[in-house]
Amino acid sequence: MATVSMTVNGKSVSGEVEPRTLLVQFIREQLHLTGTHVGCDTSQCGACVVHVNGDSVKSCTMLAVQADGSDVTTIEGLANGDTLHPMQEAFRDNHGLQCGFCTPGMVMSAVDLLKKNPKPSEGEIREWLEGNICRCTGYHNIVKAVQQAAQA
Amino acid sequence: MDGGRKDAGTRVRGGVHSAERHDSAHKHVTGAADYIDDMVEPVGTLHAYLGLSEAAHAEIVSIDLTAVRSAPGVVDVLTAADIPAVNDVSPVHAHDDPVFAEDKVMFWGQPVFAVIAESRLQARHAATLARIDYRPLDAAIDIDAAMAAGGDLVTKPLKLERGSVDKALAEAPNRIIGNMEIGGQDHFYLEGHIAFAIPGEDETVTIHSSTQHPSEAQTLVAQVLGVAANAISVQVRRMGGGFGGKESQPALFAAVAALAAKRLNRPVKIRPDRDDDMIATGKRHDFKVAYDVGFDDEGRILGVEGTYAARCGFSADLSGPVTDRALFHADNAYYFPHVRLKSLPLKTNTVSNTAFRGFGGPQGVVGAERIVEEIAYALGKDPLEIRKANFYGPPGRDVTPYHQTVTDSILDRLVSELEISSDYQARREAILDFNRQGGVIRKGIALTPVKFGISFTATWFNQAGALLHVYKDGSIHLNHGGTEMGQGLFTKVAQIVADCFQVDLDRIRVSATSTEKVPNTSATAASSGSDLNGMAAQNAAEQIKQRLVAFASEKWSVSAEEVTFGPGGVCVGSKTVPFDVLVAEAYMARVHLSAAGFYKTPDIHWDREAGKGRPFYYFAYGAAVSEVSIDTLTGEYRVERTDILHDVGKSLNPAIDKGQVEGGFVQGVGWLTTEELWWDDKGRLRTHAPSTYKIPLASDRPRIFNVALAEWSENKERTIRRSKAVGEPPLMLGISVLEAISMAVASVADYRECPRLDTPATPERVLMAVERLRAHGGAEA
Repeated sequence: MATVSMTVNGKSVSGEVEPRTLLVQFIREQLHLTGTHVGCDTSQCGACVVHVNGDSVKSCTMLAVQADGSDVTTIEGLANGDTLHPMQEAFRDNHGLQCGFCTPGMVMSAVDLLKKNPKPSEGEIREWLEGNICRCTGYHNIVKAVQQAAQA
Repeated sequence: MDGGRKDAGTRVRGGVHSAERHDSAHKHVTGAADYIDDMVEPVGTLHAYLGLSEAAHAEIVSIDLTAVRSAPGVVDVLTAADIPAVNDVSPVHAHDDPVFAEDKVMFWGQPVFAVIAESRLQARHAATLARIDYRPLDAAIDIDAAMAAGGDLVTKPLKLERGSVDKALAEAPNRIIGNMEIGGQDHFYLEGHIAFAIPGEDETVTIHSSTQHPSEAQTLVAQVLGVAANAISVQVRRMGGGFGGKESQPALFAAVAALAAKRLNRPVKIRPDRDDDMIATGKRHDFKVAYDVGFDDEGRILGVEGTYAARCGFSADLSGPVTDRALFHADNAYYFPHVRLKSLPLKTNTVSNTAFRGFGGPQGVVGAERIVEEIAYALGKDPLEIRKANFYGPPGRDVTPYHQTVTDSILDRLVSELEISSDYQARREAILDFNRQGGVIRKGIALTPVKFGISFTATWFNQAGALLHVYKDGSIHLNHGGTEMGQGLFTKVAQIVADCFQVDLDRIRVSATSTEKVPNTSATAASSGSDLNGMAAQNAAEQIKQRLVAFASEKWSVSAEEVTFGPGGVCVGSKTVPFDVLVAEAYMARVHLSAAGFYKTPDIHWDREAGKGRPFYYFAYGAAVSEVSIDTLTGEYRVERTDILHDVGKSLNPAIDKGQVEGGFVQGVGWLTTEELWWDDKGRLRTHAPSTYKIPLASDRPRIFNVALAEWSENKERTIRRSKAVGEPPLMLGISVLEAISMAVASVADYRECPRLDTPATPERVLMAVERLRAHGGAEA
């Protein structure tokens, strides 16, 4: 077992993990932050995207021990109290979701996009979101939501 | 406030026909919406994992589970011998769908045992330690192999016949005989299968199951455990997608979790990982269609004979109704004067295929559109001309192969509106010009319609229940038999109730679907969710409303007609009483404020033996125009533009309905282009993750995507607020992309040969079609 400590959504946390424990397992099973989902188990669908030191990361492809000492943000930490992050608001208002399972990862990826490229073209949005699968919406309203958030 | 909501004074917030957000939207964007794997686990929760077979068809000679049992954390191992009652979860009670294989395995990936351990990781690891010896038997993996082996069927085939097809074909001035392969599809719901069973006292167990069909899971778990249905409670608040994949398939997981939970008296959760989910659960059926069509020189169809062979897998599952529905849609929107259609639900040593959005209908429709293409290329005409010439029309040209009269077709108007709004004719001319230049890149455009029959063809499924409580503080609790899988059903049904009582939507809370609240429900499937449950909820609301009206009219001495529910409150004669005040007064006067609603679809009947009846209450329509570019050196393509005009009747919620249309279209395009299931010669599915199975991504979306609802359409039948079902029909709009690719391919042989592009039209297939057409003397410049 290894001890890991990190800041998650602004709070210091630590825990005992097996070295093979994935970051997503630590977040979901030990911290009980279940907004981060596991979709494909193999780092392809993007349902598990969180931010580690400000960059979007598929948390099923990173070990908890690799995140030791990091600053992690999950979907639960994105809003400022009751005030939604503009990206959350945009997904909600543009019907950028149906079953919602991909939504947390999608929102976290999109937030990182705008941080790196505040005014992306539609093509850039689509390309950036290639690592996030949505099976419901056909992406139409998701892209619209990201565009709206970019204007916010 | 938000877009769809109107002024509070004149309309309630969130009534019908308004673009309300999904009821869980806020929870989804904040990560607060619980799926089953997110629920707090009670202390002592155990985890199950399935051990899958490693042979496509074999006798089990021996099973050695010693290493599994002694692996760290393992609490129990279950095999067929541990099933207390019936080892079967066949949704049609065919007794061919074991929970665990007994003497034989019937496909590669069939569950043979389950391990129960303290953690999921331990269970998953232990499941790999079994030693099973097999004696291989001949395995029929695909349709051709099944036919060669004698063509065993999993269920009784269907025949639809009308007129004198042999004569019509023999006498037709033109006749084409051909074949088409249509691929299957994995659902890839983002949330995989999961069940979480919590044992109760006596024989009871509560199962949280990611299922579209809680009542069926209840029935089948009861059968496996040998207890009455009243001991089994199945609940589902939401699924992370279903698409038909969670209609019959969840029962096995529910049964394993429930069996282990009762045996060990501890909560048990089972969640296969994605690869196992794809290997061990059923998919959309792939088909081979053999068609024979006769037509006149104008392209009017005179007769059609077709055989629809499907890879059903090892058991019946829902293959009977799926292959039936393929025949019901083999005409798509076209009148066949003389017709004979036969299904062949073939038994194969592969996973048992199941429901998937459209339920066999899309395969029938794709076949019809291939026939149209054949005629068009044979006559040198635009396929759209052939389509228009064959649409269902006035009496004499309005009867389907199953003898139902089409009385509600709006395709003439819908298609001509789309043809104009998409500028189809000018764009087609421009594309023909472009292709004439003979470049590497070729373009294609196609306008394809869809007509889709709405109702379960098993007539008895067309019923629904709802349970509605009005609490004495005026808040409303709504429950119905439909399940939420992202399609916005809970939102739509709540809007209907809000509209009935003329209260704001946020006064209504919708709770998890539960077999304890509404019994004997049908699957949320066949696009019927809102039609059925919306009506049942309205019925419940009307009952309570009537009691409130009677109470108010007596209390304030006015006639019943003088009590009306409005957005500002309930008008009682000249005074206005706020809804919650009226409710509080009614409670004090001992008025019953709870009701069970019920609905059954009227006027439908179906005689399968005769192949005649009115299986569908009505039809939903739509059409799409897609333009594509293909690279004739690589076979790669992209969708440049898609325009859709779709009919949802009078929409209950235009935002949600448009979302269904967009999502359905993209899923249909995926099915027909990039999503390829591949089994090797041993019967192993080799495409069992998104790495090898290509689902559409954000970048695959059409470059220009215009989606509109036919706002002028109203359901001719008395459906809920004159709306129409929307779940499945838009999937078939994706056929426009297939046909546009086909046109681009045809350009290399100057449109003289039908490309006969089978699906999925992967770049490899497109390239091979280009090469084939060129080799056939597409001697172009």
